[in-house]
Amino acid sequence: MSPLQTANAPGIVVAGLRKRYRAAPALDGMSFTVRPGVVTGFLGPNGAGKSTTMRVILGLDAVEEGSALINGRPYRRLRRPLTHVGALLDASALHPGRSGRGHLLWLAHSQGLDARRVDQVIEQVGLATAARRKAGGYSLGMRQRLGIAAALLGDPPIVMLDEPFNGMDPDGIIWLRGFLRSLATQGRAVLVSSHLMSEMQDTADHLVVAGHGRAIADAAMADLIAAASRDRVVLRTTAGADATSVLIRAGATVAATGRDTVTVSGLPANRIVALLNAGAVPFSEVSAHRATLEDVYLELTREAVEFHAATPGAPR
Amino acid sequence: MTPLQSLRAEWTKFRTVRGWMVGTVAAALMIVLFALLTGASSDQKGAPPVPVGPGGEPVTDSFYFVHRPLAGNGSVSVSVSALDSRVPEGPGVVPWAKAGLIIKQSTRQGSPYAAVMVTGGHGVRMQDGFVHDTAGPRGPVRRLRLDRAGDTVTGYASADGSTWTKVGTARVRGLGATAQIGLFVASPPVVDGGGTAGSVSTAVFEDLRGHGTGDWTGEQVGAESPSFAGYPDNTSGSYTGTDARLTVTGAGDIAPAVGDSLPTGGHLRDILTGTFAALIAVIVVGALFVTAEYRHRMIRLTLAASPGRGRMLVAKAVVLWVVTFAAGLAGTAVAAPLGERLARDHGVYMFPVSSSTELRVALGTAALLATASVLALAVGAILRNSAAAVTAVIAAIVLPYALIAVPFMPAGVSKGVATVTPGAAFAVQQTLVPYDQVASNYTPYYGYYPLAPWAGLAVLAGYAVVSLVLAAVLLNRRDA
Repeated sequence: MSPLQTANAPGIVVAGLRKRYRAAPALDGMSFTVRPGVVTGFLGPNGAGKSTTMRVILGLDAVEEGSALINGRPYRRLRRPLTHVGALLDASALHPGRSGRGHLLWLAHSQGLDARRVDQVIEQVGLATAARRKAGGYSLGMRQRLGIAAALLGDPPIVMLDEPFNGMDPDGIIWLRGFLRSLATQGRAVLVSSHLMSEMQDTADHLVVAGHGRAIADAAMADLIAAASRDRVVLRTTAGADATSVLIRAGATVAATGRDTVTVSGLPANRIVALLNAGAVPFSEVSAHRATLEDVYLELTREAVEFHAATPGAPR
Repeated sequence: MTPLQSLRAEWTKFRTVRGWMVGTVAAALMIVLFALLTGASSDQKGAPPVPVGPGGEPVTDSFYFVHRPLAGNGSVSVSVSALDSRVPEGPGVVPWAKAGLIIKQSTRQGSPYAAVMVTGGHGVRMQDGFVHDTAGPRGPVRRLRLDRAGDTVTGYASADGSTWTKVGTARVRGLGATAQIGLFVASPPVVDGGGTAGSVSTAVFEDLRGHGTGDWTGEQVGAESPSFAGYPDNTSGSYTGTDARLTVTGAGDIAPAVGDSLPTGGHLRDILTGTFAALIAVIVVGALFVTAEYRHRMIRLTLAASPGRGRMLVAKAVVLWVVTFAAGLAGTAVAAPLGERLARDHGVYMFPVSSSTELRVALGTAALLATASVLALAVGAILRNSAAAVTAVIAAIVLPYALIAVPFMPAGVSKGVATVTPGAAFAVQQTLVPYDQVASNYTPYYGYYPLAPWAGLAVLAGYAVVSLVLAAVLLNRRDA
């Protein structure tokens, strides 16, 4: 991306972040972009640098190299920052003796907002009945809602949420999924980290996968799923051993993936059917494999090989 | 984010945690409660009255007086050929032992007078009105003379008995048509370690001449006064001889009363003992105001909302200072008059305090509490741990307070503590006045601080500001 584009880019642009904690590198060239109108999922194992990256974006942690820009500006140069980025880093980070409303009120006052805006976001996240109780008594789900309310306070064009699904009941999860989608539909840039793959698969349009302090993938969800599915075929058969020997002889790679299923790669489905018929191997089903986000994630983080949006579907 | 928004956010933060509001109000109530307890628990009903000088200040008016009436104007002169002092239980020198001539309205306690005298270590002096003191000529003095002309009394000294040097002139109102004139000997207690030791002095007067009628009467003036420490064991006041050669023995002093010469007197600092308890409360609240942010991991949210970290810290400090100051001022403003009144009702003599001094004590105590809480805030921001911050600041402020309250603490240590530690700020509660012509323990224990009130407060403020700057530097340097 050229410097001109970077300077004016809406959303979040993270470029080449490097940071060490004592000797160990925490961030090692982390780069990605969060664009408006899209929900971007942020995945990665513990220690991959997700939370550190979010803290760097918010100007909380310093880096040795690289930059994180909000609509082209570093966070610490923003006036009334919560009107530019709303963030939920840690839902439990609140004073237990303060009411949920009090918690939002000081935040609002810090941005020159008033109590009316506080009551609006309380309503928006469905916390009206509990808002005047001490936050120390809130369930994790209620704290998540309070944290999301805080992120929405400044009506920001960018929303950044770290693990917002944690501790939510099923109703809450369904609500949040729709809520995040609606934020993107309104044209906001949304960055969500989660370790709940299914939630992420249903919610995010775009995916950034972190590993060893870098983004090992930064691509559209659909492209990643398609690439991970590749030409693999799932074969259901009671004669797994026969099928395997026939297909290997034809040059395929075969892996047993269930009690009576094997996954075949290296051969198209019609060729597999022909070979099995020719060898008189019984089978009940041949289907194209559709990868889940879990497959994508495991493959990426296991191999830790870079995968870029610029080369979707490229063989690795 | 403007400074006003920072202030408003921090104020909202403060007021929405009930514990902090309760702690601050409790600090104010503590001051009032201790004042009520101090006032109500004292009982000095029936104690002899404290003599009071013409300016309303408490005085010591106890000495051995050999006198006779003098109608109208007149003069008296005498030679002081010897002045010997004894301190049975301490050092042998009594610099402010006094022997000389005095004219006094009567032997009534606190009545007007003027006197010219030789002293144990301060040469010839002319004194009047208990607080006025003028040094006379240096060099050997043989004779003293005291003249009355109406309200004007003039003291003279002479080396040869013929050439007189004026020591001083005093306008003494209320001497009356017939005053008492004669010889006196006084011998105040001497400073001995952290306390005092009683002394007694004997003077030999020769060639007493002058006006006045009738026989000489010798008596101890103010023998029962609470500001008189009495005679050392096995000694007493007396006079013997004739006008040609009189030997007079006496104890006591004619001087303003100070902290340790009027031990039964109460002062404003005693009424405000609750400052100690209030300090602990405001230190805890001040430290928690920032350490709670770390303990509950809120600091990241705070700094995300206010990326100007130094400004956020200053906003916190300003809010805390103002809130604590208001609470402290409210507490002191109620406690001081209430406690003083209760104490007086229970017969306690209170050292008088001018209204400007009373105002200074109230404002100063409130500022002491507020600044101490800001120091706790700064230390809390540095250490990021409630227990460590509270312990450190209590050690820095309350420990000096406790050390000062130990009567046998050597004066040097006690004054040092009250000069260089944050405890120097207790000087804002000083209401007693030290006098050059009264040797006393002018130590914090007795209510005298080495620094002026605002200078003492400035020492504490210095600690707070330096800590706050350090906290801001660290806050900017550290990852949140």
